[in-house]
Amino acid sequence: MSHLTKKLFISVMGACAILAYADTKLGPYEPVTDARLINPEAKNWLMYRGNYEGWGYSPLEKINAGNVKKLDLAWSFSTGVTEGHQSPPIVNNGYMYVTTPNGQVIALNAITGEELWRYKKEIPADLLMLHNTNRGVALYGDKVYVATVDSHLIALDAKTGKVVWDSTVGDVKALSYITLAPLAAKGKILVGSSGGETGVRGFVAAFDAASGKEAWRTFMTAAPGEPGGDTWPGDTHKNGGASVWITGTYDPSTNIAYWGTGNPAPWPTEGRPGDNLYSTSVVALDLDTGKIKGHHQYHQNDAWDWDEVSAPVLIDTEINGRKVKGAVHAGRNGYLWMLDRQASGKIDYVNGIPYVYNDVFKSIDKKTGRPTYDKSKTPGMGKAVTFCPSLWGGKDWPPEAWSPKTKLFYIPANNNLCSELPAADPVTYKKGDLYIGYPIEGVLGSLRYQDDKKPDSIGELQAWDLNTGKMAWSHKYDRAIWAPLLTTGGNLLFTGGTNDRIFRAFNATNGEVLWQYSMPSGVTAVPSSFEVNGEQYIAVQAGWGIDAERMQSGINALNNTKTAVPQGGTVMVFKLEK
Amino acid sequence: MYSEFRILYSQHLLSQSNSSLFMTHHNRTLSPCSACASNHGCTDTERRQLLGSAAAVGLLSSFPFLASNAQEDSKNSMLLVDANAESDFKPLRPSDLALGKPLLVFPFDVKAGAPKNETRANKLVVIRLPEDQMEATTRGRSAGGVLAYSALCTHQACDVKTWIAKEKVLVCFCHASKFDLLDGAKVVDGPASRPLPGFSLKLEGEFLAITPSSPANQSS
Repeated sequence: MSHLTKKLFISVMGACAILAYADTKLGPYEPVTDARLINPEAKNWLMYRGNYEGWGYSPLEKINAGNVKKLDLAWSFSTGVTEGHQSPPIVNNGYMYVTTPNGQVIALNAITGEELWRYKKEIPADLLMLHNTNRGVALYGDKVYVATVDSHLIALDAKTGKVVWDSTVGDVKALSYITLAPLAAKGKILVGSSGGETGVRGFVAAFDAASGKEAWRTFMTAAPGEPGGDTWPGDTHKNGGASVWITGTYDPSTNIAYWGTGNPAPWPTEGRPGDNLYSTSVVALDLDTGKIKGHHQYHQNDAWDWDEVSAPVLIDTEINGRKVKGAVHAGRNGYLWMLDRQASGKIDYVNGIPYVYNDVFKSIDKKTGRPTYDKSKTPGMGKAVTFCPSLWGGKDWPPEAWSPKTKLFYIPANNNLCSELPAADPVTYKKGDLYIGYPIEGVLGSLRYQDDKKPDSIGELQAWDLNTGKMAWSHKYDRAIWAPLLTTGGNLLFTGGTNDRIFRAFNATNGEVLWQYSMPSGVTAVPSSFEVNGEQYIAVQAGWGIDAERMQSGINALNNTKTAVPQGGTVMVFKLEK
Repeated sequence: MYSEFRILYSQHLLSQSNSSLFMTHHNRTLSPCSACASNHGCTDTERRQLLGSAAAVGLLSSFPFLASNAQEDSKNSMLLVDANAESDFKPLRPSDLALGKPLLVFPFDVKAGAPKNETRANKLVVIRLPEDQMEATTRGRSAGGVLAYSALCTHQACDVKTWIAKEKVLVCFCHASKFDLLDGAKVVDGPASRPLPGFSLKLEGEFLAITPSSPANQSS
């Protein structure tokens, strides 16, 4: 090589290095405005489910059914935390934010995986943590918001991670705690409380995004004198549960946020005859005031721990040939609910179809959707009762997804599982203690197979045509799934959720498995997709734990196995190999 | 080996002496008394001792169970009372516990006349089990067939209070970790990786009491 050639070579290599460096350097942080949240750019994933409607859909299509086989790991990052990681990587122009159990927030360069900052919430040493998970941050303005397991809502500077404000939301001594990702809209940050098993009165509360001052709080159990107040005897509403532990969806055109609510407390119904509004419901709240504008109760007077906390997915589509502003929810009670949301906030029933085996509901009222029950399948005092689906339902918290391209609604279901609860114990509320009402060993050992026979399949990834009410395809697993979904414009559906640690990509149109990757731990987190510098990425956290682990323990007892899924959180980010 | 107990409670190091064995509120103070008010030279420590004795005398008359031969020992001891009791504290005897029925308890500070319940971290689980089924070291720390362990799961600090007789394990409701109480609360299943810290018990008269050397499995 001549001297001149050598010089040229070195110059070219240097320029390449500078360009490569420039390609990985992040620009100034772009504040997250209401306009951006209402119409999020395809390249970003700005909130829990990607958009206010809760679709779990990325329009990006560079990674698609034709090339997904070439998907490979771009980078990975160990969070240093065990237990159930459930939050999506939330991305704003290359700034990625993930949360881990115990309220930790990690900011990363989404191109390289370089850690930008880390915030660790100091958790009280003696805090009882029934679910220490966290489902992600909200972005608004130049701040990142996280709600924590010790019931704080904290605003962090998006660039530095420094605490801007820290507001107490609930009474941690009463075991009020938060696991959901906040919802940010119109200068407010909205959160809800967990605590359906500790007698916390569920609520949604809004805080001023700038100051952290509480703007309003609406309880999800109706007090005497309020509409629905006559559905609770005496003071039972005060510890009546109806917790809110999954992020709401939001319709900016009507300014209404939709929240799902959990089971009434305690589990046995004898002490709380009535519908117990607004437990196991969707509740429509005015975003500015918190006023309840409407509701639909999926099933009244719950006895089965069937939280209906997943907020309905807002889909304007045709159902039974009629155009509706849909609110669609795969219920823990095993029914796929299709509702019509009115501009006033009123919610009308359209259709309800069982998507897994349910032996409790005898009928569904065609006008209202109200179910009637087989009383022999209703657990309570003085009798042991077996019912289907199980306590964890046809679908627990893992979110469904909707693709406007395939026009299919996807459900991560578990079928053929039931529960047997023993006779209920009398229970009185005691602050800071469990408020369940069944012998704990009975709850822990409650899982049963349908007909007591090990089924060929349990997990089912289902795709539904909402218009016809028919299942388009399903992928059956020989094991249970805890599988939050991501669907993309590339005709793909991504999810993990199995105890074999596999993360898979499916053809969104026909369910064919197109790609899979063995992860460091089981994946029960919400996947996301984003694009930086023209490159599309798929991102998800591995990190098994919480209820997936509990269900595995129940299945181990049924199968006489000792399957243990390795723990440990890792952010995994994929792109197409060149 | 560094105490697992101390790691678990690293933010609240416990003194192993008498009434400070368990966590207390730092702001808990006694009001001045006439004995010290007339003694301008007494130190804070002396004042506390005086106050402690005076308080103990008053309390002894309020707690008939202490009017026994073991009175002198008992007033410095940590007895055990039902964690759900809000008043009318009754120290536990082995015979109060049905075989295989765990109970959550707090240590009871005789001097202060109150349970040491300022924090859940002080909560213990006690259970009466057949002594002949206990591993030798574990049996050595039992009294009257009763074993005592920290009631906070070493995984995520949930109360562990459910005995599964069939499996002979104590199970945590939150995440189903299982502990073999007959053998030092070893983890036999679930996500916990450390045993429950154990405590040595003795009988003071007919009552169960924690020995000053607890926690018992700190150097195992």
